[in-house]
Amino acid sequence: MSTAPHSGSRPHHTVHTVVAIVENRPGVLMRVSSLFRRRGFNIESLTVGRSEEEGLSRMTIVVDGESAPVEQVEKQLYKLIDVVKVSDLSHEEMVARELAMIKVRCNNVNRHELLDIANVFRADVVDIATNSLILQVVGDEDKIDGLIKMCEPYGIRELSRTGRVAMVRGTKTTTVHEREPEKIARIHEKAGRRVDNIDLPFSSD
Amino acid sequence: MARMTGAQITLESLQREGVDTIFGYPGGVVLPLYDTLPQFPGLRHILVRHEQGAAHMADGYARASGRMGVCLGTSGPGATNLVTGICTSWMDSTPVFALTGNVGRALLGKDGFQEADITGITHSITKHNYMCMNANEIALAIREATHIATTGRPGPVLVDIPKDVFQEETEFEWPEQVSLRGYKPTTEGHAGMIRRAAEIIDQAKRPIIIAGHGVIWGEAHKELVELAEKACIPVITTFLGIGAFPEEHALSYGWLGMHGMFYANMAADYADVVIGVGMRFDDRAMGRFKDFNPTAKIIHIDIDPAEIGKNFKPVVPIVGDVKRVLPKLMEETKQQTRNEWLRWIDQQREEHPTLHIRESRRMLPQAVIRSLYEETQGNATIVTGVGQHQMWAGQHYFYKRPRQLISSGGLGTMGFELPGAIGAQVALPGQEVWAICGDGGFQMTMQELAVLVDEQLPVKIAILNNGYLGMVRQWQQLFYDKNFVSVAMTQPDFCKIADAYGIRAIRVEHKNEVELALREARNHKGPMLLDFQVDQEENVWPMVPAGAALSETIEAPAEELAR
Ligand SMILES: Cc1ncc(C[n+]2csc(CCOP(=O)(O)OP(=O)(O)O)c2C)c(N)n1
Ligand SMILES: [Mg+2]
Repeated sequence: MSTAPHSGSRPHHTVHTVVAIVENRPGVLMRVSSLFRRRGFNIESLTVGRSEEEGLSRMTIVVDGESAPVEQVEKQLYKLIDVVKVSDLSHEEMVARELAMIKVRCNNVNRHELLDIANVFRADVVDIATNSLILQVVGDEDKIDGLIKMCEPYGIRELSRTGRVAMVRGTKTTTVHEREPEKIARIHEKAGRRVDNIDLPFSSD
Repeated sequence: MARMTGAQITLESLQREGVDTIFGYPGGVVLPLYDTLPQFPGLRHILVRHEQGAAHMADGYARASGRMGVCLGTSGPGATNLVTGICTSWMDSTPVFALTGNVGRALLGKDGFQEADITGITHSITKHNYMCMNANEIALAIREATHIATTGRPGPVLVDIPKDVFQEETEFEWPEQVSLRGYKPTTEGHAGMIRRAAEIIDQAKRPIIIAGHGVIWGEAHKELVELAEKACIPVITTFLGIGAFPEEHALSYGWLGMHGMFYANMAADYADVVIGVGMRFDDRAMGRFKDFNPTAKIIHIDIDPAEIGKNFKPVVPIVGDVKRVLPKLMEETKQQTRNEWLRWIDQQREEHPTLHIRESRRMLPQAVIRSLYEETQGNATIVTGVGQHQMWAGQHYFYKRPRQLISSGGLGTMGFELPGAIGAQVALPGQEVWAICGDGGFQMTMQELAVLVDEQLPVKIAILNNGYLGMVRQWQQLFYDKNFVSVAMTQPDFCKIADAYGIRAIRVEHKNEVELALREARNHKGPMLLDFQVDQEENVWPMVPAGAALSETIEAPAEELAR
């Protein structure tokens, strides 16, 4: 997985934003990422976290449209048993956001300038030290790219971007509300996970 | 509910899923499972000699019977030895259940003795896989894995169980249902699309059906015959689709592809409508994609949506179970005759008789296959390896029913022949099963001869012994300027090898001995091996050179026909 390089001058190319609702099971991230590798689809970013539905996680995957016909991406994802629903948001009205933390070099002389810049981008200062500060910014990629560009002359010590999360505007959703039967859900919840607090017999044979 | 160990639950669950045979090989971590086996007399365990053999046997069993095959290996090397066989099933979409043991939970992830991350290794070659970390997960995992392997587009699954989970006791509860939010194969074709396909077929002047493995697994061969007859559409198959349509049928024109029938390739290339049924437009079948019949309208029917549009963009995509889609399509299409079109293909066949075998004083390998066809009246089940002999077995035996030819198409796994035939024979007791082997491929898995003896399986083995990795030799001759490198092999005496296992064998050195040898093998009650010393330099024709289009199919050059 790669995050976008910290450069605002990235040539414009088609990317697709795909949302996958997946079972929250061990290995699901590997299944998805190894599928992309094997089929030669380039991932620009991939984020994953819990969804509103118990047991289901939500992945937002930004794929390079040149390497991957988006229809094949969707269909190949659907072949994974742990993938419950896939939506291509590229043609939807969507809100797409990313969060970045930028640790910028600064000193007593230029700190104020930097804070002014942060202000323009509505970035928060989340940490401050004598020779550096951390800016946290939320927005679309262009906004983040813009702030990064402005920080570059001061010296960026460290950059961490989350990658895109996205949601369709309006009442439409791209999620799934399908409960599993309770008994099955109970087994699925623990399936394949490491057991702890059990005195495991040790044997090597 | 009853208290059971993980091992008991595993075997009980397999049995409840209708499993009657396990092809396996023991080792440390599966000892608790083996210890439990005698409690399940309904489960026949067949001890293989290499785990690859177990996976191919499970596959051959599945392909011959239509039911899921099961193989079992221990952790680490046992599991990794299964991989070639699992991948063979994956590429050809056959339902195989691989069961592996793993090191105890305390050692997992610590590089314990004989630990291999087999679920990680097989992610990309199984439909799905499971690792059970508690005994109470096993029943559901087996139920789900079986469901996944055998429904939709079939495929292999793997369940990995740590040693101490086999030993753990829990309440056994059989899950009455499966519930998989992420797995709901589409079976009914879209009615609008089917109507649209019918319109295109009705208007077509030169339609052709390309039937694939999916017709066999969808058990839709009758439905296919009905559609073809009503709409008068000639049928060709893919290599794996051989048997999906009876080759003796008037509308049958063989199979297409790299070594397909010349006229089948030409018909596919000249058709105005190509109807792909339960197939995936594979490169070996279609030749160079961008130059395959550029004007044809493609109708693609398959149960796997991801196959549609992967290599070719169809004008009509139909996702569904061929068994359900074909009858609807037949109802919507008009009854027709297309004499002109059929005559065109007939004429191609007369002018380019791919299946004609020339007179020769040599023992031609294709003539051996033809004699086998005649001796068995076309009734035997044929299992092949990979290479020239495989292509000749596809060409010169004529198949009348689905599941009659069993072969590794997608992965092209040498060494499939003997274990594949053993699996098929287990599934088809009392029926005639022939393993058509390459002298190269046979040596990859020949240790499984022991299984024939152990299990008293009457598999007949025909080695087309050309002393070469024949298919590779052919490529070196044609495309590498006769620079023959590492293709000639000093062969052992295969008859002596058979003899060492207590299996009867005959070396056949002259063409006039072929029939007698075949007869003797057929009359012999047990397994038997025939070592056919065939002509060494015969090539497979016709041929679509690698990277060429179907329209560029070449036939046997005159000098080869004069040999
Ligand atoms: C496991 C494996 N290794 C290598 C190959 C490449 N290969 C394809 S055909 C062939 C030659 C097969 O020789 P043989 O079994 O004697 O059959 P023949 O072509 O002579 O009939 C080889 C090496 C393969 N298909 N499978
Ligand atoms: Mg050979």
